[in-house]
Amino acid sequence: MTALLSLDGVDKRFGSNEVLRSVTLELGEHQVMSLIGASGCGKSTLLRCINALEPIDSGVIYIDGERVSGPGVDLNRLRREVGIVFQSYNLFPHMTVLDNVTLAPRRVLRRPQAEAEATAEQLLRRIGLWDKAREYPDRLSGGQQQRAAIARALAMGPRLLLLDEITSALDPELVGEVLGIVRELAHEGMTMVLATHEMTFARDVSDIVCFLADGSVCESGPPEAILVSPRQQRTQAFLRRILQANRI
Amino acid sequence: MTVMNSGRANPPQPAPEAAAAAAGARSPSGLPGARPWPYLALLVPPTGIPAMRRYRASRRAARNGDGFTARALAAESATWSWYSAALGFAALLLAFAVLFLTANHNAVIEKFFNPGVLRSSAPEILRGFLVNVELFLIAELLVLPWALFVACLRMLPGPASRPIRALAIAYVDLFRGLPAVVAIYLIAFGFPIAGLPVLGSMTGFELCILALVLIYGAYVSEVFRAGLQGVHWSQTAAARSLGLSHVQTLRYVVAPQAIRRMIPPLLNDFIGLQKDTALVSFVGLLDAFNQSRIVASNEFNLSAVTGVGIAFVVITIPMARLADRLTARDARRRQGSSA
Repeated sequence: MTALLSLDGVDKRFGSNEVLRSVTLELGEHQVMSLIGASGCGKSTLLRCINALEPIDSGVIYIDGERVSGPGVDLNRLRREVGIVFQSYNLFPHMTVLDNVTLAPRRVLRRPQAEAEATAEQLLRRIGLWDKAREYPDRLSGGQQQRAAIARALAMGPRLLLLDEITSALDPELVGEVLGIVRELAHEGMTMVLATHEMTFARDVSDIVCFLADGSVCESGPPEAILVSPRQQRTQAFLRRILQANRI
Repeated sequence: MTVMNSGRANPPQPAPEAAAAAAGARSPSGLPGARPWPYLALLVPPTGIPAMRRYRASRRAARNGDGFTARALAAESATWSWYSAALGFAALLLAFAVLFLTANHNAVIEKFFNPGVLRSSAPEILRGFLVNVELFLIAELLVLPWALFVACLRMLPGPASRPIRALAIAYVDLFRGLPAVVAIYLIAFGFPIAGLPVLGSMTGFELCILALVLIYGAYVSEVFRAGLQGVHWSQTAAARSLGLSHVQTLRYVVAPQAIRRMIPPLLNDFIGLQKDTALVSFVGLLDAFNQSRIVASNEFNLSAVTGVGIAFVVITIPMARLADRLTARDARRRQGSSA
């Protein structure tokens, strides 16, 4: 079986700052991978590289066995297959929620408006936002905006969904509604890579947990192995710090 | 505290020293003392009298030991005094203006605002002003696509388009630095003298429009560029991540958000363009300013020129107000969305 997503020795530098060092990963279809690690360890950059929002300096990225990094790749086609949800939602403020969700299907996939809106209605009903479809994003709470952003990414029917710390900007009481949707998606077999600080959630939802430190994969494996009995000292130290922080 | 030693005789006043001391004890800071400003305010009676009344009442309250009322009244008195100061200052300036207009047996009114000259020159001036209006309307319509084109050239991505970007930058630098009157002079006089094909056979009117479009195209292209670059890059990231192309991202996501910010500075540049149409009189076009200069030298009276000034001011006021309103609305909206 070929993996849906595989990274082979991916390097990324910002000037002289090495953000990713020969990252090698594999993720099968219908699997969920959580990226954990301290702030600045390269989680977000890794996700942005997979979606080609940042070019990589060396190494190769494959989606479904097809090379999607390097010159001459049709990035717009790649991005149709890979959706991303950002920490700061990034909804389009000049469009209603419905228009946010239907923009890409209409303009990129050339779907007729009625069809795109029917799909959007289904998605929005499912995440409980259909009654806000005609509202502008600034009238919505953070949790609602983030759910709308997930709907916008799903409307393109991606094979892989990247979630970049999607609950970090939310008030604590709004985190649940967003994570609930991610959990549902995982149950339905959506392939996902998520950067997260929610360890309990990562343990529940993922098939693979991957601990990044200083831009390289320090340790990865099943959630129990990484989060309960990590082998690497750096992983142990990181989890200890998280535990202490939670106790406070 | 000055309250204590202000020895104003006020008959129904039990034990002034003690009361003031009590007031002082209750409110250790900020008790109103004797100050000169309410007396100065009396120079402007409509606001000076209320200021004075409140000041007196405040002093009385202070002596009776009611520090709270005293402070409140003193604050009101200060407000009225400020009104007086502002009103007095404005009246002073107005007086100087009247003095200026009426000096030397109404010389200024006679030479600048002569009703007879204004009336008799009005038809010519208005006919000339139509030339100005035509100039700026046509130039404004042409500036928009031209400036957009220049802005797009300047924002072309990638190292390959560096020469094109450099050219666009050179154009913007040149026409922003060149005085408008010099540019108009060079183009409207120079092109026909040089006998250039096409350009040389254009009329003076057309060449003036060309010059104005070139000058204001430089300014407006900067407005466009700033507007488009002012949209946060995360919006572009979101659009591109959904598979929208570079052009689609500009068309559906960046431009609609940028236009709202571009309109106020754009209107400002248009006001400048409207005013600069008066410069075409230097290359012999019979616009309003040129007409008025002819009248001025014939009559030895500048009233016709004043008339042109009034016409320009009147026609830019709506644009200026609109620009102000849009700027204010934009500021409100930005505040509202950040709250």
